[in-house]
Amino acid sequence: MSAPTGLDKPPVDTKPAKPPTSGVLSYLTGQLSQVGLFIALIAIVVFFQITTDGITLKPINISNLIIQNSYILILAVGMVMVIIAGHIDLSVGSIVAFIGAVAGVMITKWDLPWPLAVVLCLVVGGLVGAWQGYWVAYFGIPAFIVTLGGMLAFRGAAQIVLDNKQIAPFPDGFRDLGSGFLPTFGSSGYEPLTMILGVLASLALVASAFRQRRERRKYDLESEPLWWFVAKQAFAVALIMLVTVQLASYDGTPIVLVILGLLVVGYTAVMSRSVFGRHIYAIGGNLSAAQLSGVKAKSVTFWLFVNMGVISALAGLVYTAGLNLANPSAGNGFELDAISAVFIGGAAVTGGIGTIPGAIIGGLIIGILNNGMSILGVGTDWQQLIKGLVLLAAVAFDFYNKRRRGGL
Amino acid sequence: MQDTILAMRDITKTFPGVKALQDVSIEVERGTVHAICGENGAGKSTLMKVLSGVYPHGTFEGSIEFDGQPVEFKSINDSEASGIVIIHQELALSPYLSIAENIYLGNEQAKRGWIDWNKTNLEAAKLLKRVGLRDNPITKVTDIGVGKQQLVEIAKALSKEVKLLILDEPTAALNDDDSAHLLGLISQLREQGITSIIISHKLNEIEAIADRVTIIRDGKSIETLEMHSGEVTEERIIRGMVGRSLESRFPDHESNPGEELLRIEDWTVHHPIDRSRKVVDGATLNVRAGEIVGIAGLMGAGRTELAMSVFGHSYGTGISGKVYKRGVEVRTNTVPRAIEAGIAYVTEDRKRYGLNLIDDIKRNISGSALGKLARFGFVNDAEESTVAERFRKSMNIKAPNVTAKTGKLSGGNQQKVVLSKWMFADPEVLILDEPTRGIDVGAKYEIYTVINRLADEGKGIIVISSELPELLGICDRIYTLSEGHITADVPRSEATAEGLMQYMTKYREVDA
Repeated sequence: MSAPTGLDKPPVDTKPAKPPTSGVLSYLTGQLSQVGLFIALIAIVVFFQITTDGITLKPINISNLIIQNSYILILAVGMVMVIIAGHIDLSVGSIVAFIGAVAGVMITKWDLPWPLAVVLCLVVGGLVGAWQGYWVAYFGIPAFIVTLGGMLAFRGAAQIVLDNKQIAPFPDGFRDLGSGFLPTFGSSGYEPLTMILGVLASLALVASAFRQRRERRKYDLESEPLWWFVAKQAFAVALIMLVTVQLASYDGTPIVLVILGLLVVGYTAVMSRSVFGRHIYAIGGNLSAAQLSGVKAKSVTFWLFVNMGVISALAGLVYTAGLNLANPSAGNGFELDAISAVFIGGAAVTGGIGTIPGAIIGGLIIGILNNGMSILGVGTDWQQLIKGLVLLAAVAFDFYNKRRRGGL
Repeated sequence: MQDTILAMRDITKTFPGVKALQDVSIEVERGTVHAICGENGAGKSTLMKVLSGVYPHGTFEGSIEFDGQPVEFKSINDSEASGIVIIHQELALSPYLSIAENIYLGNEQAKRGWIDWNKTNLEAAKLLKRVGLRDNPITKVTDIGVGKQQLVEIAKALSKEVKLLILDEPTAALNDDDSAHLLGLISQLREQGITSIIISHKLNEIEAIADRVTIIRDGKSIETLEMHSGEVTEERIIRGMVGRSLESRFPDHESNPGEELLRIEDWTVHHPIDRSRKVVDGATLNVRAGEIVGIAGLMGAGRTELAMSVFGHSYGTGISGKVYKRGVEVRTNTVPRAIEAGIAYVTEDRKRYGLNLIDDIKRNISGSALGKLARFGFVNDAEESTVAERFRKSMNIKAPNVTAKTGKLSGGNQQKVVLSKWMFADPEVLILDEPTRGIDVGAKYEIYTVINRLADEGKGIIVISSELPELLGICDRIYTLSEGHITADVPRSEATAEGLMQYMTKYREVDA
C-alpha cells in the first residue's frame, strides 16, 4: 500500500499470479483494500441520500459540503505527510485559531490590504512550523510532545492576540477565500465555467491514469485487467461530473474547491514523484536505513513541519474567511478530525504508508457523516459516538485486509 | 533400541499458489540432538510452525505423533502444554522486565492472583544455574548481552518442563565464545534427557553437536544422515542441501590491484556513551582499486564500529583520524559526504539498517542515489523502473517484478537488493559488513561472484566477516582487528585460519 498515487495502482503480491479461471469476483476481493474506501464512501452517501429524502445530493448541499469541510481536507493533506514520516501534529487546530487571530488583527486593526495579510499569515504559519520542526528534527523531542505543547501554546497565543474577544467583519475579497465562488457566466441552466473546469479535470485525470498504465505496461509491471482500469476511470469521471453538474446548477465553483484541487494535485505529485516525497516515505518506513542511504532525515523532518505550518495557516485563513469571524476558540478539535481522516484513508500508525487521495476520501467520509447526521437532526453526542466507531471500523478493516493477504 | 519421541509423517502444507511442504517426514529419537538443514526457503521454519501449532491442526495434511500419542495442536499453547518449546531466531524477551519476570512471563508464580516474588526469583536462580548463567535474576534483560538472552530463553523453556526443545538459528547472533557455551549447554541438556531440534546454517556447529541431520530441499525431506557414522562431512551436507556437489564454495578469482583508492589513517573512535572507552584505536588501513580486502575480528573487536564511523560518522563520538581518497584527504563526517566521496557501506543488519521493508524493490534500489533519476527534484518513474529491472535480472533477484515488497523476500534476495542499491550509487569503495550473514549456500556463491565482478570493474572492496573461511576464500589481503587495534595485514598467500585467529585474539590475551 505504499503506492502514493493510491487510487490507481493495485498492490502487487510476490505470490505467483492467480490462474485466470479465478474470475472477476476473486480479483475484486483482492482489490478490497483499495476499493473498500470507495465502497464505504458510496455506501454512506447512498444511505444519507435515502434517509434525508434526497437532500444530501442537492446542489446547495454539495456546495455547502465542500465549503464546510474544506479546512479539514486542507489540514488532512499536510497531516498525511506528517504521519507518513512517522510523526503527528496535534497543534493544527490551535494554529488555525492563532492564524485567524493574526489575520483579524492585520486586516481590521492594522488596515493591511487583505492579499498582503494572507501572504504574511502564510509566512507566520511557516515560522510556527519551523519552531515546532526545530524541536522535533534537531532536538529529537517526539512530535507528539512538541505539538501537544504547541496545541496549548498557540491556543493561548490566539487568545492573547485577540485579547479574548472576537473580530468581525472582514472585507469581501478576503471572505471570498472561504465562501466565495468563481465568477459565473450565463444566467440560467448549467453554469459554463464550472462545466468546463469539470470536463477538464476529468480529462486530466483519465489522461494521467492512461499515461501511467502505458508506462507500467512497458516495464511489464501491470497486473490490472483492462476492464477494471476502464471501470475505475469511468467511476472517477462519473463522480467528478456528478459534482460538477450539481455545482453548475447552483452558484458555480467554490473558490475553496479550486484551492483544494491545486493542493491535492500538487502534493500528490510531490509525494509520489519528488525526491522530497520519497524521502518522507523512506524515513517513515525505516529511519535508520534512510539515514544510512544518505537521506538528510533531520532536514526532511524540519521542512515537513514548516510545510504543515503553512498548510495549517491556509486552513486558518479559509476557516476565518468562511465564518467571517476571528475567534479565539476556533479550530477546536480540528487536529482530531484531520488525523481521523488520514487513518480512515489507510495511513499506517507506524509511518511509511499512506496517500493524499486516501486522506481526502477519509476526510470526505467524515464530512458527509457530519453533514448527513446534521440534516437528520442527530445530536452532537450521537455524532461523536458514531464518528468514533467509524474510525475504529475503518482501521480494523485495514488490519483485517493486511492479515488476510498475509501482509507484513 | 529405538525410542521415537516425535514422528511427523507426510506433512504437506500449501499456501495460496505455493506448496511450502510436500510429504515431509521426520523421526526424532528421544535424548538426541537432531539438526534440520536446508537452504533458505526450503521449508524448515514452516515445518517447525506446523509442529508447534502456529499453523493449527487441519490447515495442513499429514500426522504428528509426539511421545507415543497422536497429537492435534490447535495453537502454540497446546504444543507447549505437551512439552514442545520453540525458541525463535528473533528472541521474544521483554527488554525492561527482569530475567526472572521473563522466565515466568505467562506462567507467573502466583498465589491467588498475586505474584510470589520470592518463589519467582528463587526458582529463576535455580534455572539460571542449570543453563550456566551467573547473573542475578532481577537484572533487566536489556542489560545483558544477546548471548545471555539466548540462555534466558532456554531457562524459560526449562521452566515449562520441556521435553522437546526447538532452536531456530540459535547462534546466528552470538559470538564464538557464546556459541560454544550454548552448544555445550545443548549437549548437557541431552544428557538430562531433553531432546533438541536445531536449525542452523552453521554446518560446523551441526557437525560438532548433532546426532542426526535431516536435510530439506524445496519443501521435501531429502535424507536423514547419521552423524556418528563418521562419513558425514560439511561437504556431504551441502551436497544434500543444494542437490549437487558444489565444486567449490568460492568462485575462482584473480585480482589485479591498481592504485590506492582509499586510505584510513590513525582512525580512533570512542564509545558513544562511555566516552573514555576507545572502540577503535589508531587503525590504519588501505584498499587499492580492484582489490578485495578482508577485516577479521571477533565480536566486539570494533569491525562494524570502524566501518560505520568512517561512513559518515554513523557510530561513535570523539572520532579522529584521516581519510584519503586517491591520496587526497576527504571529509566523511556525514553520510551524504561519505557517499559523495565514493564510499558505500552495506550494513550487516539489512532489516534494521539496510531496507525499507514495507516498500518495494524498485524504491529500495533507487534510495541511495535518487538524485541520479531526478530532474528538478522530481523522480523519473520510467527510468527508475528500467534501472531496477536491470538489477533484478543481473543480480538474479527472485521476485515476480520490481514492485514486490522487500519484506517478503528471502534473506539472500534481500541482500541482493541492498547490494543493488549501493551498486546503483556507483561508489568507488564498497564496505560490505557480513555480506552473507543468514543466507544460504547457493545465494552466498552468487554474492561472492558479484563481489568479484565489482573488483574486476576496478572498485575497492572491504569485506567484514566473522567467518574466517569466507575471508580466506575471497580476499586478497586480510587485516585482523583485536580490541580496536589493527594487529596484522596478511596477504592471502600467507593467511591461515590459525594464524589469523592468533592475531585476532592478541589483545584479549594481554588483557587476561
